[in-house]
Amino acid sequence: MTVATIHPIDHLMRADRLPHILCAGCGIGTVIHSYVHAINESGIDPDRHVCVSGIGCSGRAAGYVNVDSYHTTHGRALPFALGIAVHNPELTVTVISGDGDLIAIGGNHFIHAARRNVNLNVICINNFNYGMTGGQVGPTTPVGARGTTAPRGAVEQPFNLPHLAKAAGASFVARWTVLHVRQFTDAVLRSMEKKGFCFTEVLSPCPTSFGRRNDLGEGIEEVEMYRQRCRIDNGAGELEQLGIDIVDPSQPITVGNFVDIEREVFLG
Amino acid sequence: MDLGRARVPQGEVHVIVERCKECNFCIKYCPAQVLEYSTQTNDKGYHYPVMVADKADGCVYCKFCDLICPELAIYTTPVDGDADAG
Repeated sequence: MTVATIHPIDHLMRADRLPHILCAGCGIGTVIHSYVHAINESGIDPDRHVCVSGIGCSGRAAGYVNVDSYHTTHGRALPFALGIAVHNPELTVTVISGDGDLIAIGGNHFIHAARRNVNLNVICINNFNYGMTGGQVGPTTPVGARGTTAPRGAVEQPFNLPHLAKAAGASFVARWTVLHVRQFTDAVLRSMEKKGFCFTEVLSPCPTSFGRRNDLGEGIEEVEMYRQRCRIDNGAGELEQLGIDIVDPSQPITVGNFVDIEREVFLG
Repeated sequence: MDLGRARVPQGEVHVIVERCKECNFCIKYCPAQVLEYSTQTNDKGYHYPVMVADKADGCVYCKFCDLICPELAIYTTPVDGDADAG
């Protein structure tokens, strides 16, 4: 073993800002790492990659990648990215954002960007809560999971993101966790190659705000829960059945590449 | 099958000590179980990964520790002769 000072992928990171601000055991760093690996493997000039993110922990992603990147207003990563993608179809535009930013505050933009089949790669980092602001429940918090605004457990039915994306018209839909780094990186690569609205949900531990309140332990223990409960089912047809139950350990969590279809691309 | 020519690739582990936050992903999910916590800490007080003493040659260059590290604090390189491995 040797002690090193730089990482081989550092040229695609703003390495002077590392180590990043994210908590120990948080999976967002792994998602950023997979994204820059996908950029590296895509063969597309990094100058033609654009990264857009919204607000929150996941919104920090744009600040750490060394491609043209934009940290936009809350919920507005998608319309901002739409403007870039439509103005210059030669660019590979990726949106990295959290479940609250993308699906709650920006939910309307999400369904309409998918409906129009805009040429965007959307990575939704789902940690089931608003982590940066202290752990409020969000649109993906499973029923029964606790947050600061639902100390006895959430009662609202959460969104099933792959089902929502498919129903709204996305061309590519996948769900992975931060433990499935190779499959997730391949899904991001596929999104970069494919024209149209590509959506990948990635489940990420949030030990500080979500895991602590739901007895999930440290980040590694939440990842281990995913390892034990995840079931890979590529091409799963019944997306409406793929809701996530965190509370009941007997319920499997289905991951995989679910949808890969061709549709006419919006102004592409 | 030409099993006589097949061999397990070998890698060398590199750690960027000051980036590590002791998340344990690399140690827990190393398929060859060649990593453990150091007895020393970095400047922020985290125990970083080091090779297990009697598994110094045990890295199989799968690169999983590199890919899963949220901090970009660990990576592996092939030892001489394994340039095509991985």
